[in-house]
Amino acid sequence: MPLSEKTRAEVREIIARYPKPRSALLPMLHLVQSEEGYVSSDGIALCAEELGLTKAEVGAVATFYTMYRRRPAGEYHVGVCTNTLCAVLGGDAILETLKEHLGIGHNETTEDGRISLEHIECNAACDYAPVVMVNWEFYDDQTPSSARELVDACRAGTPPAPTRGPSRLCTFKEVSRVLAGFSDGLANEGVQAGPATLAGLELARERGDSAPPLPQQQKQAEQEQPQDGQLAFGQEG
Amino acid sequence: MVLTPVLSRTWGDADSFTLDGYTREGGYSALPRALQMEPDALIQLVKDANLRGRGGAGFPTGLKWGFIPQVKSPEDAHGQAGKPHYLVVNADESEPGTCKDIPLMLANPHVLVEGVAIASYAIRASFAVIYVRGEVVHVIRRLQQAVADAYAAGHLGKDVHGSGFDLDVVVHAGSGAYICGEETALLDSLEGYRGQPRLRPPFPATHGLYASPTVVNNVESIASVPAIVLGGVDWFGSMGTEKSKGFTLYSLSGHVKRPGQYEAPLGITLRQLLELSGGMREGRTLKFWTPGGSSTPLLTAEHLDVPLDYEGVSAAGSMLGTKALQCFDDTTCVVRAVLRWTEFYAHESCGKCTPCREGTFWMVQVLQRLEAGTGTEGDIATLLDMCDNIFGRSFCALGDGATSPVVSAVQYFREEFLQHVTGGGCPFDPHASTVFATAGAAR
Repeated sequence: MPLSEKTRAEVREIIARYPKPRSALLPMLHLVQSEEGYVSSDGIALCAEELGLTKAEVGAVATFYTMYRRRPAGEYHVGVCTNTLCAVLGGDAILETLKEHLGIGHNETTEDGRISLEHIECNAACDYAPVVMVNWEFYDDQTPSSARELVDACRAGTPPAPTRGPSRLCTFKEVSRVLAGFSDGLANEGVQAGPATLAGLELARERGDSAPPLPQQQKQAEQEQPQDGQLAFGQEG
Repeated sequence: MVLTPVLSRTWGDADSFTLDGYTREGGYSALPRALQMEPDALIQLVKDANLRGRGGAGFPTGLKWGFIPQVKSPEDAHGQAGKPHYLVVNADESEPGTCKDIPLMLANPHVLVEGVAIASYAIRASFAVIYVRGEVVHVIRRLQQAVADAYAAGHLGKDVHGSGFDLDVVVHAGSGAYICGEETALLDSLEGYRGQPRLRPPFPATHGLYASPTVVNNVESIASVPAIVLGGVDWFGSMGTEKSKGFTLYSLSGHVKRPGQYEAPLGITLRQLLELSGGMREGRTLKFWTPGGSSTPLLTAEHLDVPLDYEGVSAAGSMLGTKALQCFDDTTCVVRAVLRWTEFYAHESCGKCTPCREGTFWMVQVLQRLEAGTGTEGDIATLLDMCDNIFGRSFCALGDGATSPVVSAVQYFREEFLQHVTGGGCPFDPHASTVFATAGAAR
C-alpha cells in the first residue's frame, strides 16, 4: 500500500532537521512503521526516493536494526528482557509463561493480531528487574502471573498504564511516531521516577547526607547565618 | 558524607522533569555564567576538574573537548578546524546492567540539555544531537519536551541569552543496536548507515560526524557539567579520590534488598553500598558481581572493599565501566549467567570483523553444551583460547567486552564449570534465583 502524502510531507520535515539528509533515515523508518506497522517495501521505496538512495541501500540499513519489523506484527509488542540479570531474576520464567499462554514464540504474533512477542536485550531498567516492555514502555518488577494479566488486558483492549510512562498505553504505531520525532503531547504524564530510582536519594535524606555546599552558597550562608554555615548543595542560601 | 546527591538531588520532586521544576531548583543558572566565559576557559575548567567520562572508558572529558581543532589563525579556517563542529550525546545506554542515564533523563532531561548548551558553546558547535536508544519511548518524550521548552525559554536556538551563540539540538531515536553505543558506530548510525564501528585514527575529534570535528560524550558526563560550572574545580574535587574526582551514579541491581540508583563520590565500595542499602536478600550471600556492566570482568565477595573508582577497580583486574553493580547471590549458576551474556554479544556483534562475529558465535556453542552437561573439561580451555583470539584482535571494544565474563568466570569459578561436566548438567535450580521464589508469587 503506497504511503500517504502526509507521510511524505513529514518525511521531508524529518530531513530538514539534519545538516545532511541521510541522517534522517532512521527516524524516517520509524515514521514508515507508524503508518504501516512495519517497514514495507513501499516504505523502503519512499525513503530511497526522498534520500536519493537505492532500495537496497535503505533495506541494508533497515535490516540491521532490531526495532524495524519486516512484516506486520501485533498492535501490542511485548518484549521480555532475558538478558542475564532479568533472566535470572525471573525473565526466563516470564517468557516461558507468555509463550505457553499466548501459543506463540519469539518474534511471532497472535492470530488476532493483537500481541507479538519478543525476548529483548537489556533495556536499562535493571533496578526494576524482571522487566517487560510493551510498545517500548516500562512495565517494571514483573512476575509470570502479572505478565499474563498484562497481555490478557492488552488482548482485551484495556491495557493498564505503564509503570513509568504516560497514563495510557499507546499502540505500536502511535509510539513509532514519537520515535520519528513527532511529539504526542504525553511527556508530562506519569511519574518523574520510580521507587528504585529514588532509593539512594531517600537513603541520603534519612541519613542527612548531601553533597558539599556550593562555594557561593557557603559564602552567602556565612554572611547571613555565621553560626550555621553548612548548607546542602542546591538549598537556597 | 557517604551519599552525595547532585544529579539525583531533585528527583524526588513530582515535576523534576519540567522546565519550571528544574529552574526552581537553580537549573539554567550555569548556562548564562558559562556564556560569559571564554570557550577555552570552559574547556580548561572541565580539564582542571578532571571530570572523567561516565560512559565506561573514563577518558577525561575536558581533554576530549580540547582535541577539537579550533580556528586560531586565518589559515586554520581552510582545514578541519574550519568545518562545523558537532556535539553528540551518547544516550544509547544498552550495556547489560547499566541503568543510570535512562532514569536520569526521565527525571531530569533539562540538566542534560543545559549541559549540552554549555559543552556546545565550549567546543564551538552550533548543532548537537542527543542519540538515545529507541526502546525507551517515555524518555524520548521527556527529552523532546525538554528541548522544545528550552528553545521557548531562549536556552537554545538563535543567539542564546543574547550571547551571539546559536545552537540547534535534535533528539534522535536509535533503532535497537547495542553496537551503536560504540562512538564511531553511533556516528555511522547517525549518518543513516548500519551502525558499524570505524577504523581509528582518524578519531572523531577531527573526523567525526560528517567527517567534521566531533565530541561524543556520555549523558552523565554532560549532565555533570552544569554543577561543575556552578561549583568549580575545588568543590568538584572535594568529592571522590585523587585521580577519580566527583560524584557519580552507582546502579545497584540483582539479588539485593534495595536495588536502585545511589549517587556517591567515586571511590565508595560495594560493601559500603550494600551495608547502606540493606545488603543481599534474606539468607543469601553475594557470589559474583559486575562493577560496570557485563563487559567488565566479574568480581566476587573477595572484592567487596575495592574502591569503586577508575584506578581501584582496574587494580582488582576489572574496570569501573558504567558503575552497573549487578549482584548475584549463591543461588545463581555462573555458567548460565555467562552463557546468556555471550548470547547477547553474539546477537549484537555487528559482523564487521571476524574474531568477534565468529568468536562470539562459537563461544555460545561451547557454553551451551557446557551448561547442558554435555561439555568436556577441554571445552574450558577451548573457551579461553577463543577469548585469546578475540581479545585485542577485534575491530572495537565489543569483542574485548565479550571475553570479560567468560575469562573472569573461569578464573573464579572453574570448579563450577567442571561440576557441569562431571555432574552431567546444571546443579542449580533456576527458580530459586528468581525474585518470586521467596515472595511466594503464583507461577
